[in-house]
Amino acid sequence: MIVGQRKPIDEIYAMITANDIKKLLLGGCGTCVTISFAGGEKEVAELAAALELKAKTDGRALEVTQLTPLRQCEPEYTQEMSDAVKGADAVLSLSCGVGVQTLAAEFPGVRVLPGVNTMMLGSHSPDRLFVEYCGACGDCVLAETGGVCPIVRCSKSMLNGPCGGSVNGKCEVSPDIDCGWQLIFDKLNELNLGQTWDEVKPARDWRPSWHGGPRRVQQ
Amino acid sequence: MTSELGPPRDADASAVVEKAKLLKGQSDAVNITDNQTAIVRMSSIAAAKLLIDEGLEPVVQMTCRDRNRLAMQADILGAAALGVKNLLCLTGDHQKFGDHPQAKGVWDLDSIQLIQMAKMMRDEKKLMGGQEMAVAPELFIGAAENPFADPFELRARRLAKKVAAGAQFIQTQIVYNVPKFEKWMDEVRSLGLDKQVYIMAGISPLKSAGMAKYMKNNVPGMDVPDEYIERMTAAKDAGRSPKEEGIAIAVELIERMKTIPGIAGVHVMAIEWEEAVPTIVGNAGLFPRP
Repeated sequence: MIVGQRKPIDEIYAMITANDIKKLLLGGCGTCVTISFAGGEKEVAELAAALELKAKTDGRALEVTQLTPLRQCEPEYTQEMSDAVKGADAVLSLSCGVGVQTLAAEFPGVRVLPGVNTMMLGSHSPDRLFVEYCGACGDCVLAETGGVCPIVRCSKSMLNGPCGGSVNGKCEVSPDIDCGWQLIFDKLNELNLGQTWDEVKPARDWRPSWHGGPRRVQQ
Repeated sequence: MTSELGPPRDADASAVVEKAKLLKGQSDAVNITDNQTAIVRMSSIAAAKLLIDEGLEPVVQMTCRDRNRLAMQADILGAAALGVKNLLCLTGDHQKFGDHPQAKGVWDLDSIQLIQMAKMMRDEKKLMGGQEMAVAPELFIGAAENPFADPFELRARRLAKKVAAGAQFIQTQIVYNVPKFEKWMDEVRSLGLDKQVYIMAGISPLKSAGMAKYMKNNVPGMDVPDEYIERMTAAKDAGRSPKEEGIAIAVELIERMKTIPGIAGVHVMAIEWEEAVPTIVGNAGLFPRP
């Protein structure tokens, strides 16, 4: 899923005051950011209450309307926000960046502000720790790496790792980060493919990734 | 026998020249670090030119952290045009260790792919994009390997990948844990790599017990056995010079390297302490150089 992390309330509140917003539509999203605890119905309700309380303490008028469509990234679902958008000075979206941009495109002339930082494509453990799994690089190599991505799970996106900073299965960047290439090597061994690690992987063509301009997919 | 020179963190050419004078005649070639530990320093290629002008043989270090394949090829051509013949290909420490942790890391290539690219430029007289060159860079291509990083079972095999990619000489991570290094060399020899590439063991004199502890605890992939920390502490406690003890340990380590089959030389890294090199080389009986 797309993993989001809500922006700090002070940063969100500063956007509201800087734009002199009195009527705010707080838009959640019922899909990825709901699962990643950043922008579902529950988080929208909590943030709305927090913002209203903050405004009240400040002696500032702020009316917050809440609405959480199933998906903000599809116009089909954002249509249900039309009426609420009309009555608001601005929309604060707790969706990912795709949702924010879809709203901005769907509602011309409406100020759409981001309330969430879009962090990554990842998965999570039962203790709510979300970890990056996929960089949407456009040229998947998981078949060669035992189902562990070297592009985002190695801090240097190496294709011929591990580098000399791998210690006890951890990355040189932080003891909290697993060495992606240790994970890859362990998986390859588990699959009796350990010897495939010895092949030199040539330089990558980064055009399908982030370096060929904004990407388009025609299905 | 090679040594190392860290360029200054400013535009002072005389700082490079002074260090070059300390190292002249003290080693066969001198590595010039490339934004070592992700700290901005004078360009290794510019510093290498200053060394050439002083009559030294530089080994230009090049990391994949700060440049993409266009910039690296341009720099390889420029370095060769200035008379640089030796290139050490490195992946590079992560930028989080340095003075610009906010920077974007590049890693268009990794070190093994950089080796391949340098070899292609030299042997096929071609740029990576296919453009043929009338004048190709003459390069002696090197790489590093860290026998003390994990997983240990990949460390000799990773050296084999570097050799397959085109590395002609290897400078290892700094060696303090000799038994582990010997175990790694056993694997290196069993793969026949010592016959295909010149392997130079990394040696670095300790300045103090504090430096030894810092390396042990804070530098990922550094293995400093407690015996050396204790010796450095004991030297200080006995009123002896820790620096002299550090030099003595370095010389002992070189003597042990001489006994390991397949070791072709040593790479002495006296970090911000280049003046220690002549004593180490002399006490290890390695003169004359070159």
